[in-house]
Amino acid sequence: MISTGEKTVWYQSQFEMIEKSLNGEASGNLHTLRKVAMDRFNELGFPTTRDEEWRFTNISPLTKISFESPLASRQDGMTWEDIERFAFGTENNLVFINGRFASGLSKSEGIPQGVIAGSLATALKLNPELVHRHLGRSAKFEDNAFVALNTAFIQDGAFISIPDEQSVNDPIYLLFITTAPGPTFVSPRNLILTGRKSRLSIVERYASLAEHQTLTNAVTEIVAGEGAQIEHDKLQDESLSAFHVASLFVTQQRSSTFTSNSVTLGGAIVRNNVSAVLDGEGCECTLNGLSVATGTQLIDNHTLIDHARPHCASHELYKAILDGKAKGVFNGKIFVRKDAQKTDAKQTNKTLLLADDATIDTKPQLEIFADDVKCTHGATVGQLDDEQVFYLRSRGIGEMMARDILTFAFAGDIVERVHVEGLKHQLESLVHRKLDEGRNH
Amino acid sequence: MLEIRNLHAGINGNKILKGVSLKVNAGEVHAIMGPNGSGKSTLAQVLAGRDTYKITVGEVLYQGRNLMEMPPEERAREGVFLAFQYPVEIPGVSNTYFLKAALNAIRKHKGLEELDAVEFLQLVRNRMKLVEMDETLLHRPVNEGFSGGEKKRNEIFHMAVLEPKLAILDETDSGLDIDALRIVADGVNKLCRKDNAIVVVTHYQRLLNYIVPDFVHVLIDGRIAKSGGKDLALDLEEKGYDWIKVEYEKTAELA
Repeated sequence: MISTGEKTVWYQSQFEMIEKSLNGEASGNLHTLRKVAMDRFNELGFPTTRDEEWRFTNISPLTKISFESPLASRQDGMTWEDIERFAFGTENNLVFINGRFASGLSKSEGIPQGVIAGSLATALKLNPELVHRHLGRSAKFEDNAFVALNTAFIQDGAFISIPDEQSVNDPIYLLFITTAPGPTFVSPRNLILTGRKSRLSIVERYASLAEHQTLTNAVTEIVAGEGAQIEHDKLQDESLSAFHVASLFVTQQRSSTFTSNSVTLGGAIVRNNVSAVLDGEGCECTLNGLSVATGTQLIDNHTLIDHARPHCASHELYKAILDGKAKGVFNGKIFVRKDAQKTDAKQTNKTLLLADDATIDTKPQLEIFADDVKCTHGATVGQLDDEQVFYLRSRGIGEMMARDILTFAFAGDIVERVHVEGLKHQLESLVHRKLDEGRNH
Repeated sequence: MLEIRNLHAGINGNKILKGVSLKVNAGEVHAIMGPNGSGKSTLAQVLAGRDTYKITVGEVLYQGRNLMEMPPEERAREGVFLAFQYPVEIPGVSNTYFLKAALNAIRKHKGLEELDAVEFLQLVRNRMKLVEMDETLLHRPVNEGFSGGEKKRNEIFHMAVLEPKLAILDETDSGLDIDALRIVADGVNKLCRKDNAIVVVTHYQRLLNYIVPDFVHVLIDGRIAKSGGKDLALDLEEKGYDWIKVEYEKTAELA
């Protein structure tokens, strides 16, 4: 068995290989950041179940695999037809193949003038000051090995910048596809900056073209400007052999509204981190999540809402449907600082267990240092309600269908909260299909 | 249509029904009355197929078939309908979606074509008038946030759409004010035909002023202690249940 210490050596060698290929570009701000992050990753190593933050999520399977970082874009003559099934009709598609922007597959017809929406690699060349002012500011890697690893391997990702009072009507769709045949790791890095009173819906979708062993280690940083209204939807439906770690960092300025809807269907081991700092008065933050896991999938959702200022509200609803021997983890931390009076925070976690061998570990963590606040949390774990099943059957609906209807209704509660219509419809059919697959196992 | 023979049933080892026998023919309205805890709702639930109740002795024939061998959905497809005493809330499932799934399951079973969305909506609009139901309740999740009266009205609305042969109304009057009671009862009366039957389970006589029964049965301690015509309900309203209990125990002693 290879220990995790040896595995950091593997990533160090990958890092050096990329460093060589950079030639003249291996200097400057970005590469300094990469090097510091690589050093930090070497010091931290991969987390183990002895780390409180990873107590229920054993990632040792992924630390044993020698994933290679693709050196160059491998668009490999892919066409729009190859990826069309992942699209949902918006005009703004930024496509990334194995972590690199694929301009030939991307479209940006619905992007208004003055808005930048493209690749981070390009932005680093055209707007280096703007990028460096924000890159890594909220995604701290000192205590986070996966963020350190992502930062060390920053190559590309999406960069979006919206000026003040600008609305982007069509959602911007970021599609990340892994295609490489060997074990591959990709480190998408997204930076989204939104101006005062701007409006944006953004979708991140992670998908695989085939059943390959891949490690996606993504980091997205969002700055919601004063009074901005942002919806961020994430859909993870990579193959069942994929490992996926994604960290979303949001900084909310005064009176901004941020909503995250995160749906996880694929992957062998998935860890989603969502971390929101409510850094101005009057912010509203909504975090919704749905996991549907079957077989031996492990889906872990960690959320952190940091109420740093007074008069902010946060609502959190995470749901999981677990079948087979699937395992779910939910950890929801709410931090209310001393000055954050009149905070209104509500957290709910609901799990539906469809099989005896499916398990969930759920843990709310409220740390409250202000005295005039309203904070509630609740967790339920259960099976389908027999009385509901009977009610449906007593009206003529077969048992299997009754169970399907009730299971989908449980999931639909989250799907309904997605405001991007095209995505919502796709989610409905993807969730249905996933539930069918689980039943036929 | 329905023949219950010496039915014994219970839950967790507690005997609740201790030998119920009852015969219901097409075109008849039967009322089952009795004090709290006498087994009225258990009888209704057993007929609909609730499997938490165990049947120990006896049999139930429905249209000549053994009803107890049929799963709940098959009973419904063959025309048995239970209006629940406490209709269940089903968040996330709209009333129309649910009813359409139920109606089409029944139609498929009968070899009829499934209704499309337009045909279904026409039917539903028509039947809604029968119980004067608010259209907004159609699009809301089944029973979720409905008032007590709205839930009961919704049950009769389901009945109107599904057109059962044997409808069992379990305490449909409880939770209804007098105006709603009249509306719901009128709805039920309009659904009475020569080829269907209705069993009304109730604690109070007042519903029977509107849905007039052909037969009244008094269930006491898991057995039918007395049967009679509609006047029996009036006697009960006046004198309560105790005199029947006394009378029944005397006969039992003599036997």
